[in-house]
Amino acid sequence: MSDRIFGALTGLVALAYIVSATQIQEGFLPDPVGSKLFPILVGSIALLCSIAIVIKPDESPDWPGVGTFLSILCAIVALVGYAYTLKPLGFLIPTAVASGIISFLIQRRFLTAVLTGLGLSVGLFVLFKYALGLGLVAFSKNLIG
Amino acid sequence: MEVFSLLADGFAVALTPYSLMLAVAGCIIGTMVGALPGLGPSNGVAILIPLAFSFGLDASQALVLMTSVYYGAMYGGRISSILLNIPGDEPALMTTLDGYPMAKQGRAADALVLSGVASFVGATFATIGLMLLAPILARIAFLFGPAEYFALYLLAFCTLGGMASNNQRKAALAACMGLGIAMIGLDNNSGLPRLTFDSLHLMDGIDFLVAIVGLFAVSEVFIFIESHGKNSAIGVKLGKITIPVKDIVRSFFAMIRASVVGFVAGVLPGAGASLGSFLAYMSEKSISKDKDTFGTGNPRGVAAPEAGNNAAAGGALVPMLTLGVPGSGTTAVLLALLMTLNITPGPLLFIERADLVWGLIATLFIANFVLLILNVPLVRIFVKLLSVPAWVLLPGVTMVSFVGIYSLSGSYFDLLLMIGFGVLGYFLRKIDVPTVPIILGILLGGHMEDNLRRAMVISGGEWTYLFSSPIAIGLWLAAFVGFIAPMFVSKFFKKPQAITD
Repeated sequence: MSDRIFGALTGLVALAYIVSATQIQEGFLPDPVGSKLFPILVGSIALLCSIAIVIKPDESPDWPGVGTFLSILCAIVALVGYAYTLKPLGFLIPTAVASGIISFLIQRRFLTAVLTGLGLSVGLFVLFKYALGLGLVAFSKNLIG
Repeated sequence: MEVFSLLADGFAVALTPYSLMLAVAGCIIGTMVGALPGLGPSNGVAILIPLAFSFGLDASQALVLMTSVYYGAMYGGRISSILLNIPGDEPALMTTLDGYPMAKQGRAADALVLSGVASFVGATFATIGLMLLAPILARIAFLFGPAEYFALYLLAFCTLGGMASNNQRKAALAACMGLGIAMIGLDNNSGLPRLTFDSLHLMDGIDFLVAIVGLFAVSEVFIFIESHGKNSAIGVKLGKITIPVKDIVRSFFAMIRASVVGFVAGVLPGAGASLGSFLAYMSEKSISKDKDTFGTGNPRGVAAPEAGNNAAAGGALVPMLTLGVPGSGTTAVLLALLMTLNITPGPLLFIERADLVWGLIATLFIANFVLLILNVPLVRIFVKLLSVPAWVLLPGVTMVSFVGIYSLSGSYFDLLLMIGFGVLGYFLRKIDVPTVPIILGILLGGHMEDNLRRAMVISGGEWTYLFSSPIAIGLWLAAFVGFIAPMFVSKFFKKPQAITD
């Protein structure tokens, strides 16, 4: 069943891909192939594969429960947050928070997660800044004021 | 002999103190990358690329470091296979079949030493093979025109999809995903944007490093959240390390046979190390008189896949360097490194940058000796690493990936894209869609299209030009057979899933 849904989804994406490929603007240079053909070709093969997957699916994998998906969602939110705060807040605080959260999601122990976050953030900072010479900022200037 | 004088020049490059230091550092990092489950060779090398740039290494130094990491990871993968029954990286899967039973019988140290020696034999064989075969292939590659290159890229996707995966439909779809992603950005010929949906971020296209790190490293975090790090169970104890001379002597010819099989598998574009270790194990089992003992701790079942795996790793460098077509996921990452360093692999590389190529080959010989020392007498240090818990390792790897990608482009958009690829990678891995074809597609898509268009410009739009030379016809046939044939033999040649204890 998972395969059927997956195949249907990729089939739709492939169709959308083919449609948008037909809208590609051609260059003015003479070119027998053009900008459209290869993307359309790739999209068509993807569409055929998707149909083949829908017709002949494999067995469904063991999907985890809702709880695990919530955990994964938490991890995604943490990572997106990390991506946005890495620059404005400096390296140390976002890294400690993000790695702490991920650590907690893998092994549900609060204290070890806090310690892992702090340890990783300081350890990686020292490694990057002093051993590898990357120009990292520990704390942002706007934060210290 | 021309080869030897070139090799001597190579050693002159490789034996400078700084290069030597990089090679040793690469070997240590590589063995760690290989040994730690959850940090495979492809994402290990991918994460290190941004760091190598910020280090300011030049082309040959960066290549020395990365290929040492690559060889090191192939050695290191066996450690957790044998001690924990978890392959440290994908090619080491076959080593679990006999390595773990051997360890359970109290012969963990013997298995580690034996497989270390087997790795050395395989890798040395492959490096010699690379040295002899690559210049010849480079000369043949001069005959390649756009039509031949197009067929060659197709062959890479077909062998990858046909032989290295269980499901051709899914592998082909994955390759199309990669090719489709590669089309995003500015068109090489017309200079007009394609499929960017008017997003400025997509004008440059999608960087393959972002995709690689997302698909391999970030998705690993989600996999571990699902399993709660339970897979990092405590394995077998390691006793005193002695050298099992009898086993090494008895399995020596098995190592040589496996090296030959592995090397050939590695040279095939798109096949790679996993296929090498698989074929080596299967062929050793099928010619052996004591078939029944395979899977219960037969020393030859440990030696063969390790020799095959390492020989394939070396073999995969041959098409990567001479033709610019990687033989595996990790060589795809190495190819990405070369392209970013503005080095175009191919026949001209052997003439214009002979110092680089032969320096690389010399480094591989040196790395092999360093790795033998690291992996036989000093293996205990790396065994200690296995006790690093998943809940420290994975956040750490993720943070390093973020900083690496961020230092490369400095854009939030790339980081978000990387997370997106991570989520995609998690779902693809759950439903058994291989991710290596995606990487290969992103990497080769532009070249594949360029060669097709060039071929059509040369022939004035005549499609039969694609099949006009004997080499091109041979490649098309090989691609067809490579994709179709495994559908019929797969019934007899089923890949084993990781065995659970």
